[in-house]
Amino acid sequence: MNPDNPKMGFFETIANIDRRVIFLFIGFAVIIPVLLSFSCTEEATPIVQAVYDEIESLPEGSKVLISFDYGPSTVPEVQPMIDALLRHSCEKNLKMYMMALWGTGHNLISESMQDIIEKEFPHKIYGVDYVNLGYKAGNQGLINVILTDMKKMYTTDARGSEIDAVPMMVDIRNLKSFDLILSMGGGFPGIKEWVLFGGDPGNIPVAGGATAVSAPLLYPYYPRQLLGLLGGIKGAAEYESALIKGYPKFKTHSHPAIDMMGPQTVAHIVIVFFIVIGNITFFIGRKREEGEKREGGVIK
Amino acid sequence: MKAFSYSFTFYCLLGLILLATTDGLAQVESSDSLLSPLLPPSEVIAEDHPGDAGAAIIVRWKLSPDEDRGVTGYEIVRSTSPTGEFSSIGFAAAGSNRYVDANTEDSLTYYYKVLAIDVDKNVSESELSPPARSSPQWFNFHLLNLLIIGGLICGAVIYFIAHAKKGKKLFLRKIAGLEAVDEAIGRATEMGRPILFIPGILDMDDVQTIAAITILGRVAKTIAQYDTKLNVPTSRSIVMSTAMETVKEAYISAGRADAYSDDFVHYVTDEQFGYVAAVNGIMVRERPATCFYIGAFFAESLIMAETGNAIGAIQIAGTAMPAQLPFFVAACDYTLIGEELFAASAYLSGEPKQLGSLKGQDVGKIIAMSAIVIGALLETFFAISGSSFFGSLAELVHKLFSIVAS
Amino acid sequence: MRRQIPVVITFIVGSVLIISVFIPHKPFGQLGENFSVYFDIIAVFAFILGAGNLLRVHGNRIYKKHKDWPYSVVTVAGFTVMMIAGLFKIGGSPGITGDLTEPGSMFEDLYMYVFTPLMATMFALLAFYVASASHRAFRAKNKEATVLLLAAFVILLGRTPFGVELTSWLPDPLSFLEIPNLASWIMSVPNMAGQRAIMVGIALGVIAMALRVILGVERTYLGADSE
Repeated sequence: MNPDNPKMGFFETIANIDRRVIFLFIGFAVIIPVLLSFSCTEEATPIVQAVYDEIESLPEGSKVLISFDYGPSTVPEVQPMIDALLRHSCEKNLKMYMMALWGTGHNLISESMQDIIEKEFPHKIYGVDYVNLGYKAGNQGLINVILTDMKKMYTTDARGSEIDAVPMMVDIRNLKSFDLILSMGGGFPGIKEWVLFGGDPGNIPVAGGATAVSAPLLYPYYPRQLLGLLGGIKGAAEYESALIKGYPKFKTHSHPAIDMMGPQTVAHIVIVFFIVIGNITFFIGRKREEGEKREGGVIK
Repeated sequence: MKAFSYSFTFYCLLGLILLATTDGLAQVESSDSLLSPLLPPSEVIAEDHPGDAGAAIIVRWKLSPDEDRGVTGYEIVRSTSPTGEFSSIGFAAAGSNRYVDANTEDSLTYYYKVLAIDVDKNVSESELSPPARSSPQWFNFHLLNLLIIGGLICGAVIYFIAHAKKGKKLFLRKIAGLEAVDEAIGRATEMGRPILFIPGILDMDDVQTIAAITILGRVAKTIAQYDTKLNVPTSRSIVMSTAMETVKEAYISAGRADAYSDDFVHYVTDEQFGYVAAVNGIMVRERPATCFYIGAFFAESLIMAETGNAIGAIQIAGTAMPAQLPFFVAACDYTLIGEELFAASAYLSGEPKQLGSLKGQDVGKIIAMSAIVIGALLETFFAISGSSFFGSLAELVHKLFSIVAS
Repeated sequence: MRRQIPVVITFIVGSVLIISVFIPHKPFGQLGENFSVYFDIIAVFAFILGAGNLLRVHGNRIYKKHKDWPYSVVTVAGFTVMMIAGLFKIGGSPGITGDLTEPGSMFEDLYMYVFTPLMATMFALLAFYVASASHRAFRAKNKEATVLLLAAFVILLGRTPFGVELTSWLPDPLSFLEIPNLASWIMSVPNMAGQRAIMVGIALGVIAMALRVILGVERTYLGADSE
């Protein structure tokens, strides 16, 4: 604080507030709503509804390729999307082909299969209704190869079974054999690579889910090249809401994204608050500076 | 999407009828289904999928006249003989009139039928398609427009590179971030602190990483002259070996081979956030005076740049990832935006041939801007006047700049 | 010679890959795929280079008791434990085809209970840094910054149910002024227009850069001065 001008010192302190104070506020803004189970309702926006409608319109037995293009870091944001999409696909009796362009996606496929398909839809048969193709290195190069020949890269599934011994793989030749590609993650390689190297050249519908940070980058592809997008927790929450609206029985299932919207809302409000404070102190500071200028004060 | 809009229209129409004749719907449906069976799709045509390496046949048909009476989709069946057994190969949603069979052998002849299926699971089979056989093509005509436009741009770049050999001086606007490189390196030298260079988190197959390494080469040459410590943590092994070689050469060409150390460039991890944790640790412990973030970045951009800001480093960033630009702009002193990243190495080199390529790039910009203006004007005229002349011209421009899979 | 060969390889591979986009027929159509596979094979072997470098750099630091050497011990220990757990499939089915991710295997446990929370923590830092960066950056210093500030406000509020409630009282003819609709408009019109312009510029930059590399005008990345 400036001892010569305590008032100005106060505004200076606020204007140059230590970032750790902001961190503390954000921490509380998240923790308190979590403890109080504060949540909000969501309505699906057109970009999310488009993904829901596409899955809803697919006939029974349609083939959906789900690419787990993310890692543990983004699990809290992306996993709720995967859970909701898997539930929806299972409910519609679609065939789910799960693969990963990210090494870290391999384990996440196993976890999703255990937590959603095996637990909630025990009648689904591995190899007939869903398959884990695992991780393959190659990024966009891999997409490039499987666009024309799937089995060139996938000779076995993740469990080591010969690929042609997996019943649902028999009539899969390349990417064009799929009715829909879902890429989950939004990083590299991810939705953009699926659109550019898979969806566009093969004329295959691509949709996906991305973290809130990556979502704006993908907007230019919507709706022509990317039929829909779940952006961040909000996108996931909107999809969960659409699913509950279409299939009310899922209301009793976990809906982590809807639950997380409460803390996110409060955190956004805290950020807005700090922006307002930042601007108020900025204007006051500028006014004082102008005043000093008029009085012939020294300006830094 | 198209299928969705058709079925949506269908349900809207159904809803309207329901409103108008409150209890009439069930009667209409049942009397209809009693009176006429489900009509099949017609005019099924199967032909080789054009512009590919073979192994695909495209099947087209005319929708069932009962499309609006509850058709839920079409099942496509095929056989290698007109009298043989037909097996199902896939489904198409209601409203769609094409299906690509990407599972064919080029040596075999195929016959197709399309089955309409309604809500009550009634099935109605089309006539047999003419025989079809898939084959590979020597040129993908769907990409002709790409070849022409790409050829024009590439031609312009090559022309200006060749033209620049004659030594004609080219005007290049100043790029603040690059003008500040010397100042930033000088500051680190004065403070006796190291310089941190992050070449993004992607591999050498990404052009942004190549751009980053070329900039590193030029920056390293200046650093070698100033005798300041350089630290380049990498997240890919190939980037590490390339960067190592580049920095070594830069030191040799600056005449400071003695000052070079293999420890300048080191591998950390491929894992995105593991890499961020390591880089942040280096920043907090070594407190570099200058940080360069040049290359491809994702969510880690702000975490690194904010930490750099907190330790008071001069920060110069450059990326072609549009989603990360706002973060760098907010947290760094200078940011090379998109194309500036690719222009940077040419700019720093000052070589006429490299600068010539930038001039060629401008031809591409003129093409893009003209297309945008002409397209927008034609669409606007069409919307105002409804004239089919403007409509078809707008469609032509649209097609010229679209890559359409058949 | 040492620099000529890589330039020639770059020129041939670059040209062939461009041609293969337009010619789907064998052998061109296959070449793009094959080069992708070659890159993967090289990248896999390059992992050995990376791991070797990591161990050399950190081993040296420990040996020479370099400043902050305990951090290097953590790095080397983490690397070794994870590699042994993965290679020897401790606690899981043995053999080359044994599943690494089998429940109960040491690799799976390390992944689930150490790696996953650590990575999620790093990503979560972003929320804190976004708050501090926006507090510093979003100041109405001039007209442009004011527009940016207003847009940020609308988007932040539009992403929350609070924003929906705030303007839900507006009559239907003014519904376009509701915050979620304004947020959606900002994202899909001005934001998208700006993003596309940047992307067009980037695409052209990539073309010029790629041509400089293919034609051998730019060679810095090969550890050589430009031509």
